[in-house]
Amino acid sequence: MSEAVITTDKLTKRFGDFVAVSEISFEVDKGEIFGFLGANGAGKTTAMRMLCGLSIPSSGKATIAGFDVYKQTEQIKKNIGYMSQKFSLYEDLTVLENIRFFGGIYGLTDKQIKTKSDQLINQLGLQQEVKKLVVSLPLGWKQKLSFSVAVLHEPKIVFLDEPTGGVDPVTRRQFWDLIYDAADRGVTIFVTTHYMDEAEYCNRISIMVDGVIKALDTPRKLKDNFHAANMDEVFYELARGAKRSE
Amino acid sequence: MEQNGRAENAVVVRNLVKVYGKEKTAVDHVSFSVKPGEIFGLIGPDGAGKTSIFRVLTTLLLPDGGSATVDGLDVVKDYKQIRNRVGYMPGKFSLYQDLSVEENLNFFATVFDTTVEANYHLIKEIYDQLEPFKKRRAGKLSGGMKQKLALCCALIHKPVVLFLDEPTTGVDPVSRKEFWEMLKQLKTQNITIVVSTPYMDEANMCDEIALIQSGRLLSVDTPGNIVKSYPEQLYAVKADNMHKLLKLLRSYDKVMNSYAFGEFAHVSFKDPQVNISEVTDYLKQEGLADIELRTTAVTIEDSFIKLL
Amino acid sequence: MKQFVIFIRKEFAHVLRDRKTLLILFGMPVVQILIFGFALTSEVKDARIVIMDQARDAASRQIISKIEASRYFEVDKTVRSNQEMKEALKQGDIRLAVIFPANFNYDLVHQNDARIQVIADATDPNNATTLISYINAIIQDYEADFNKTNNVPYRILPEIRFLYNPELKGAPNYVPGVMALVLMLVCVMMTAVSIVKEKETGTMEILLVSPFSPLKIIVAKAVPYLILSLVNVVTILLLSVFVLDLPVNGNIFLLFAESTLFIITCLVIGIFISVKTNTMQVAMLISLMGMMLPTILFSGFMFPIENMPLPLQLISNVIPAKWYYIIVKDIMIKGLGLGAIWKETLILAGITIFMLVISLKSFKIRLS
Repeated sequence: MSEAVITTDKLTKRFGDFVAVSEISFEVDKGEIFGFLGANGAGKTTAMRMLCGLSIPSSGKATIAGFDVYKQTEQIKKNIGYMSQKFSLYEDLTVLENIRFFGGIYGLTDKQIKTKSDQLINQLGLQQEVKKLVVSLPLGWKQKLSFSVAVLHEPKIVFLDEPTGGVDPVTRRQFWDLIYDAADRGVTIFVTTHYMDEAEYCNRISIMVDGVIKALDTPRKLKDNFHAANMDEVFYELARGAKRSE
Repeated sequence: MEQNGRAENAVVVRNLVKVYGKEKTAVDHVSFSVKPGEIFGLIGPDGAGKTSIFRVLTTLLLPDGGSATVDGLDVVKDYKQIRNRVGYMPGKFSLYQDLSVEENLNFFATVFDTTVEANYHLIKEIYDQLEPFKKRRAGKLSGGMKQKLALCCALIHKPVVLFLDEPTTGVDPVSRKEFWEMLKQLKTQNITIVVSTPYMDEANMCDEIALIQSGRLLSVDTPGNIVKSYPEQLYAVKADNMHKLLKLLRSYDKVMNSYAFGEFAHVSFKDPQVNISEVTDYLKQEGLADIELRTTAVTIEDSFIKLL
Repeated sequence: MKQFVIFIRKEFAHVLRDRKTLLILFGMPVVQILIFGFALTSEVKDARIVIMDQARDAASRQIISKIEASRYFEVDKTVRSNQEMKEALKQGDIRLAVIFPANFNYDLVHQNDARIQVIADATDPNNATTLISYINAIIQDYEADFNKTNNVPYRILPEIRFLYNPELKGAPNYVPGVMALVLMLVCVMMTAVSIVKEKETGTMEILLVSPFSPLKIIVAKAVPYLILSLVNVVTILLLSVFVLDLPVNGNIFLLFAESTLFIITCLVIGIFISVKTNTMQVAMLISLMGMMLPTILFSGFMFPIENMPLPLQLISNVIPAKWYYIIVKDIMIKGLGLGAIWKETLILAGITIFMLVISLKSFKIRLS
């Protein structure tokens, strides 16, 4: 019934002698919210870059939305959305200009962009802010807007790199509502976070330590396996022994 | 007001206002005070005004209204003396990447007119972990190590008050825990620490906290008192479908507040005498299974959400 | 004071550890001098010259035969009168005239001191200097031979005159030009960028919060670039003397003193830029566009100022490089002393003080 949209098999990335990501294998299903956790420097970013087609793996296999990460990076890019805490939107463009720009680079027609942007602006309640520069928006709004822009072209998978860092608790939850909505529409969510309570919101999570996936399961089962009261303890238990950081 | 040559309060902020440009009020009539030797947490999301407050207190910015003192000294008038007495670790502090660990430390010691040896006892615990890498350039250190070095550099002149602006942002939970252990250690050295963080769970590590949002303080108290003053009984609910559960709770007329909280949803009810089994039955009726509903302890995050 | 020294040491560490920048800093003057030097100096072969031999004695004949034997010169004709010589030079393809006065040998033998007049067509000044140096070499060669067989030292003095372009406008002046350019680049840009970098990385915040005075921070930042620039001046002069055979005719200490003044001018401008900007890119852009370009355009090094329209001539007066360029040229090439360049020195000092005052006025002890 479930259909895997991300599959990796012994995916590895080496930089010289340094093995940044070592033989990671997992599958993520359509519409799943997959939490990708790890300590600073565990190899999360490197792994995520390979999955987004930005970095060619050293060995192993991976397909994203059915496309091969070695050969079909262009198709991969068409089928994924990406949002990070650092780069999300152009701050010196207005809300509408950002939507139009990102709609444009993903090849939406003017008509599609029009309907999409109206829909998005209503959903986020940004009617008053349409003509304002993004830089003037509060951080929480920016993050919600950039998520909506990342899924504007209805990608099969959206990669979120610490999307809620520094955001207030209420906006953080509103953000997760957006994630849930997208998942309900069948979008697969691949998310990294340093908030352990957010790890609980994921269907399944993996915890990476020193380039290796040390644990991968539902939050419930992970807590049971580690006899932990919350994800914080699970994470601490696994990452405490980490040899490298950043 | 002076006791043993030390001001009664390490930091006093009265009606502080900071405005950028014409209309952007970053800090809006903020008042709080920090007792000597305590860890005071300024807790709020990005853009709440934490950095502006820190910069006023470290004499880097002039306030547009109100006043503030650090160690009994006025931040405007006595800025030179304050600069001798505070340690500061700004949010984006990155050290000198091309200087070694040792050189960075020596440099900052000299800039503050002291030597590493003079206050070595203060940083010993932290520096011991850096010692093996002392010849390495700061740029080649790991994130956690950089942070430790930055803390050493901010401490090396034995400041009376230490200001740490978001020292744990973007840092993984394990390193965050370690960092707070270091701060607790410093507390025993009688250094007042003012720290800001967007992570609500770190509030409990502080003696006193100020919750801040959009330039305004929501509450200033001990974490215990803030939690205690939560007006309603709080419940934690769990079911097989979290997303559906949240939607149901939100539209349920008995519910006052509901939101996701880790694997649970936290709920408060309009009626303090609410019948729990009635709620459970309702959720079952709507098609949820494995329902677990129980009272739960309030956390700072709950208080923050409530106060917004 | 110890703080200050430590600070300077730290600045040196920054400079010395950034290998790429260091390479550019020290490589740039060498490359520029060599490019200017060799791109503009083509070896001159078979240059056509005329000779007017009024002496017609043994010495003059010997020298003439040496010149004829040289592969650099081709004696076009021998002329008999000044008039004839001028005509020949006017024709345009004659590069040089060598004139032996009457009694050349007599002067040499009896007064131990003889003169040869050399007139060069300086429309191509680079070419002219090269030819002059060849002629000089031949004369010196003869002089050495002559002295070998005699006990008393004899001297032959070439009297050199340049026709059409007596000040030798153009290429040989590139050395002072390159000096102005390199110093401008190193001092203005590097100082501005290094201060702004601290603003960008956030270390400036820490320094401001420290008891170390902000003014000292700035001064300490400037010191390494002052020293570095002096090293560059030495490099350029060494290259110019030993590779390009362009000697320093005036007082070398005066040249260094004036260079130091100009370096300080540039440092102050760099500091001013750093005070006014917040990102390295902007600082770099302003340094390049706002400083380098005017230096190239208005210093008189590439384009003669007297040919410019009046408004541009007026603008050129506020360009420090213009004054420095005049000063260096006067000392290096013309061999003049402070007496001749006090006016330019004063103007340069004036600009420096003016910039210093506005930099200090706009320097902030806080963040905004």
